[in-house]
Amino acid sequence: MSETAGRCEVSFTVNGAAHTVSVYPMERLLDVLRNSLGLTGAKEGCGEGECGTCSVLLNGELVNSCLVPVLQAQGTELCTIEGLTPEAGLHPVQQAFLSCGGAQCGICTPGMILATVQLLRRHPTPTLEQVREGLGGNLCRCTGYTRIFHSVFEVTKTEAEKGGTVA
Amino acid sequence: MRSRPSEYELVAPGKLSAVLELMAREPGAWLPIAGGTELMVQYGAGRLGARKLVSLWGLPELRRIERTAQELIIGSGCTYTDLRNHPQVAQEFPLLVRAASWTGSVANQNRGTLGGNIVNASPAADSLPALMVYEAELLLASVRGQRRVPYIGFHTGYKQTRLNADEIVAAIALRPRFANYHSYSRKVGTRNAQAIAKLCLAALGKISANKIDDVRLAIGSMAVTPLRLRRTEASLLGREWSPALVRDARQALESEVAPIDDIRSSAAYRTHVAGNLLQEFVESLFAREQASVEHAQ
Repeated sequence: MSETAGRCEVSFTVNGAAHTVSVYPMERLLDVLRNSLGLTGAKEGCGEGECGTCSVLLNGELVNSCLVPVLQAQGTELCTIEGLTPEAGLHPVQQAFLSCGGAQCGICTPGMILATVQLLRRHPTPTLEQVREGLGGNLCRCTGYTRIFHSVFEVTKTEAEKGGTVA
Repeated sequence: MRSRPSEYELVAPGKLSAVLELMAREPGAWLPIAGGTELMVQYGAGRLGARKLVSLWGLPELRRIERTAQELIIGSGCTYTDLRNHPQVAQEFPLLVRAASWTGSVANQNRGTLGGNIVNASPAADSLPALMVYEAELLLASVRGQRRVPYIGFHTGYKQTRLNADEIVAAIALRPRFANYHSYSRKVGTRNAQAIAKLCLAALGKISANKIDDVRLAIGSMAVTPLRLRRTEASLLGREWSPALVRDARQALESEVAPIDDIRSSAAYRTHVAGNLLQEFVESLFAREQASVEHAQ
């Protein structure tokens, strides 16, 4: 097969830092994050937008990075699980997943946590139905989801006690 | 087999006019890509035939929802999330918002576009029966200008459309004239969330003086394209409630569909369940009328 496309430069902000990468425009954002930038928090599960383990926030919106051609990320702000984690300690959503046993093998966890962040921005005090819908695109084969749902409600509870918001 | 990125071109001219000029220069050579929820799946699996793609994602001209005196004009680049968040779409076209809520996960709703769903032309697309009962029109754009075509008839065969090689769907026009209609839709999938439909029925109906005086029915996943069920509609029009009405409507439905038999469902199952959905719609239509009569008394 012949090469038809040349590389191009794509610039974006990842976890607050500006990056310019030399890439083929149809490279998947997931591969660029993992291979070019070494951010391996986003995982490849299905590679077809069904499992959510490659979730990242693109301009604050949850996307499956396996379905985003990198050229379409030009000029955007990206947040991966690495960027969500503060310098010291854990993000409240991470802490809740840890406290409630919302993570087992860990493959789905980065995506699940970012999906939770998106969910709590849209619905700061979600119903169970809203949690189910908000996390419906993130598959977990370990937990049976119950502890994940507990984790989400734990965040809203502890944040309410602190008087803060997660987003 | 994975696709190799080096074998594909993708350009993002950033303006609709520039996209259309590119498509006019080499008609059929450039495949438009919006949110990628369909094409990137094909690409990831090594099944994407096109080698040259042009990005529509983020074009401001395509991501507007405008209310004119007569119509709601939805840019083809609006995502399912955009549709769900728009109060006028929710108020005037509830079937469309409901279909948007059925379409994949939050992440896919953040990227998948209504225009992409139309052009991809999957017979199982959740939003298409809703567009059909609302009698949507499509605004097609090319360097030659814009033309308007009814959505009904846009699909000419399995994944085939009336779009010319240099055209894109720029917008979807909907006339808000169904405010006092009863809306019904139901999707039947293998499970509740994120399943591709075995069947999806969208329906609008109105009763006056105890008789059905307008009705529109469209069904997805039944044939190679979404279908408007004209014969079934005719069997209901002007009729009062009776058990025979449901029987006649089910018969009319069976006479006008030749269901597909595929990996998701059998033809016999589809026919039977389509009849059940139809019955549920008819019963809910008369139940609503009865409730409103009682409320008025």
